[in-house]
Order: sequence, then C-alpha cells, then structure tokens
Amino acid sequence: MQELPKAEHRSVRVTPNGKNRVVIEKDLSSEEMILNMGPQHPSTHGVLRLECKTDGEVVVEAEPYLGYLHRCFEKHAEMVDYPGIVPFVDRMDYLAAMNSEFAYCIAVEKLLDIEIPRRVEFLRVIVAELNRIASHLVAIGTYAIDLGAFTPFLFCFRDREHIMSLLEWASGARMLYNYIWIGGASYDFPKGMQKRIDEFVTYFRPKALELQRLLTENEIFVKRTKGIGMMPADVAVNYGWSGPMLRGSGVEWDLRRNDPYSIYPELDFKVCVPDGKHSEIGDSLSRHLVRAYEMEESLNIIEQCLDKMPAAEEGFNPRAAIPKRIRPKAGEVYGRAENPRGELGFYIVSDGKSTKPVRCKARSSCFVNLSAMKEMSMGQLIPDLVAIIGSIDIVLGEVDR
Amino acid sequence: MEETPQVKELSGEARAAAAAYEIISEKFGDAITPLDANPTMPFFEVTDAERWLEIALFMRDNPHLRFTYLACLSGMDYPDEGKLGIVCNLESLGEHDHRLAVKVRCDRDNAVIPTVARVWKTAEWHEREAYDMYGITFSNHPDLRRILCPEDWEGWPLRKDYKVQESYHGIQVPY
Repeated sequence: MQELPKAEHRSVRVTPNGKNRVVIEKDLSSEEMILNMGPQHPSTHGVLRLECKTDGEVVVEAEPYLGYLHRCFEKHAEMVDYPGIVPFVDRMDYLAAMNSEFAYCIAVEKLLDIEIPRRVEFLRVIVAELNRIASHLVAIGTYAIDLGAFTPFLFCFRDREHIMSLLEWASGARMLYNYIWIGGASYDFPKGMQKRIDEFVTYFRPKALELQRLLTENEIFVKRTKGIGMMPADVAVNYGWSGPMLRGSGVEWDLRRNDPYSIYPELDFKVCVPDGKHSEIGDSLSRHLVRAYEMEESLNIIEQCLDKMPAAEEGFNPRAAIPKRIRPKAGEVYGRAENPRGELGFYIVSDGKSTKPVRCKARSSCFVNLSAMKEMSMGQLIPDLVAIIGSIDIVLGEVDR
Repeated sequence: MEETPQVKELSGEARAAAAAYEIISEKFGDAITPLDANPTMPFFEVTDAERWLEIALFMRDNPHLRFTYLACLSGMDYPDEGKLGIVCNLESLGEHDHRLAVKVRCDRDNAVIPTVARVWKTAEWHEREAYDMYGITFSNHPDLRRILCPEDWEGWPLRKDYKVQESYHGIQVPY
C-alpha cells in the first residue's frame, strides 16, 4: 500500500494503518460533535455524505464526501468507441440526459468535419429544452419537499410526466434516451409530434406561473430560503460555478448566449438573472427563482423552434450525416454546453487513428458547484444546510460520474 | 502548397487567445512553450513547473488577462513519454473575451506539480481528482486526499498501465 501524503487540512489526518486500512483523525473540541448526513438521506438528493461538525445546532463545517456513485465513466470512455459513449453520458446526469448528450456530441463534432442538417439542429434544441424544463421541475419539486412543502412536488411530477411521454414518443425511452448522436439524431419526430409539443407549451405556461407563485409568494418558503447560503459573484466565479448557481449570484453568464452552439444564435431568449426584489442576490431563493424563470424562457425557445423548424422532406434521415466510422482527427477539444445545472464540459483527446478516445474527461457542473459546500455551510443551522443543498441542485450521478 | 503560419486565417477566438498569450510570454517567455494555435483548443505548456503558481497568479490578476474562471483541470497520462500532466482550461468570465488552455507536465515516478488551489478555489477538488486518478501530487495543496475512490484504494485508476487490485476488504474486484 503506498504512502498517503499527509493532508495539511487543519482538522483531518489520513494515515495508513496496516493492510488496506486507514485511520482518519479529526480534531474536535469538547463541545463539538461529528454527525453524518447521508449517504442514505432523503434530503441529500442522492448518495452524498456530508460530515457535519456541529457545535450544538450550529454547523461548524459540513464536508462533502463523494464517490458513492462513482461508476468509472472516464475509464469506460477510453475502452468504448465514440458513439458508444453516448449512453454512458446519459447515465451521468440522468435528469438532463438530452443536454448531456448534446454537450458530448458538440464536443466531438468540433473534431470532425461534418455539417449537421438544419432540421436535426432544431430537433436537438427542442428535446434539450424540454429536458431542461423537466430537470428544473425535479429541482423545484424536490427543493420544496425538502423544506416541507408537499404539494408542489406532485404538481411538478405531474407536468414532468407529460414531458417524459413526449420524449418517449420521440426517442423510445422515458429517461435515458440515447437520442442525440454524434452527427445527428437517432430518429426524426413522429407525425403529430410538433402539434403535441405546441399543446404542451400552451398547457404548461399557466402551470409554470402557478408553480412559481405557489412558492415565491409563500411566506414560509421565503423565510427558509431568503438570505441563506449567500455567495458573492466574484467568489462564485472563483469556485467555477456556472449555470443557475452563477446567475443566482447576479452574473449574467449563459453559455447559450456567451459561447453559443447549434442554432442558439438565431433564437431570442432572456438570460435570467434575479432582480433582487423578491430575494437577496446570491442567496438560495435567487437560485430557485432563476430556475423558475428559466422554465418559462425554455418554453419561449421551444415555441420559436417549432415555428422556424424546416419541414421534413420525403426520405429525411436524421442519421444521414453520421459518418460510418467516427474517427476524429488528431487533436484535443474542450467542448461544453449549458446543462440545467451548469456547464457540462468534455475534454476529449483524440489521436487521429483510433475510434476510441485517448482521454475523455467530463467536467461536471454539479461536482464543481458542490465544492463550495464547505465554505457555504460554515455557521449555518442544520435545517439551513438542507436548504443550501437543495438550492445547489445536485445529481450524484454527475458529481461522481 | 505550404501555408506559412502568419498567412493562415485566424478566427476571432484564436486571435484573442494569441493576444493574451503575447502578454504572458512577455513576462514568462523563458518558462513556457510557444502557443500551439490549433483551431480547437489553443494552448501553451509551462516547461518550468516550479513557476506554474506564479504564472497562474499573473494570469488571474493581470488586468488585461483576468482569467478568473478555471473551467476544467484534467489529469492526463502520456505513456509514450513517461510523463503525467494536467491540462487547465481557463477563461475570462464576462470581462475579456478570451479563452486559453495551459498544460503542465511532470515525470511519472516523481509526479509533483505546484497547486493552484489557492488561485482558483475550484482547483482544489479538480486537483484532488487528478491525484486520485493519476497519482499526481500537488505540493502545498490544502487537503490532498482521494475524492472519488475510497481512501484506502490502491493504485491510480486512470493511468494507462493500471492493474486493478484483486480484492478490496474481502470483496473480489475484477469480475
């Protein structure tokens, strides 16, 4: 067993102790207690272990311990060819699988010389935005239920069922789609799909507003989330935050606008930043509000796409532009897309000769967002800790990969 | 027909990266390689790893550069050259419009790279993951331990010559 370097952290020491055993020592003063939140816990949104050092009811620090859902994505990606990695990418962030596939495919397409058919671009954006709405519904629903509001949870999941049926009609699966392929998509929309999506958009608009008002105008919800988990903008950028977390701190940064990909430059949508009227900028309520506003913007994007999407000519095949064997040219790329949780980036290295990547690193948004947990949790009460974790909106599949 | 590098059309993005590189090479020209201006990911490599922390601070704080956002710090294995390394993707978020990647390499046997966890706080976890997967030790890191694998796992999983251990606490690992 190799020597583990001694951690310099002020209160944790990891030392080897015999074969396959380590001793982890933490310093405690006499009033402090170490309490494990997780890995089995209804409020940690997955298998996350938070080791809280508490002084009474106040948390001195809560350190996240990861790895309970580590499934060796990066090692598998080196053994499987490029198209075969798409199902693995699905399973990382399983709530926003379409967006994750989108990020991976545009990263690989930067190393290939193919042109995606225009209709396929619109297909991709529509399913990605539908999946963004579905993901935010889960985020809002589970956040509310963590704080004790039981009703919005079922409202969210009822509306999510409609989206999952639509995506099942398009791709064949309710959650892990394998729909967006490198160079195209696996199937075209069936006949009548555009009309159904339009009906869904009309149905969901008032429901999204109702959901937002149910929580934002609820005094208990506001009292539990306003001013909790403050994160100033410059610290957020230094921590590598992205997506709704960063926008909740007031930074107007959206990859669909600032580093655009696919057909987003042609679409008109707002970058949602809280205005400070309902919440303090940088707190948990701001982040929640960003997600709620973003659902409405996604509806606008879907409507524009349905208007602009070219009709399918006779014999349109979304797989037409996909090369027979995907062998990107030698080089490396860092391709990224705006996931519902932030920036999902793929650092892919290709040697030009093989059909498998040399390195495929997934820069996951939740992993980076969660790294600020230790600093955000200092001095909070345990119930506030629950409010903070819910506002980060983690999916452990992406944190651990 | 060979195109000379000066004649090649650079995109706006590549030009911004080249301009940022100029500022860095003015100060640290002797510790870094020339800019590899490939179209997908322009990067330069820091040849003198001891000065990486200095370069990182300069890149973050210089008012013309302001690389405030470390998007990704990946560990990397170069088995043919017997080296390990890291690749950092840096960006200036919202201030300037440039993006650059930096590579730092180290030997496989004595894999030590200075940490930038005190420059970009996000690097703390990224470097822990590079340590966990490749065994690169980051000197002066505030808390270097394994992050995804269990604390007493043996070996460095993402290295190309990794052999998985036979058993872990009595559980057979390869199946």
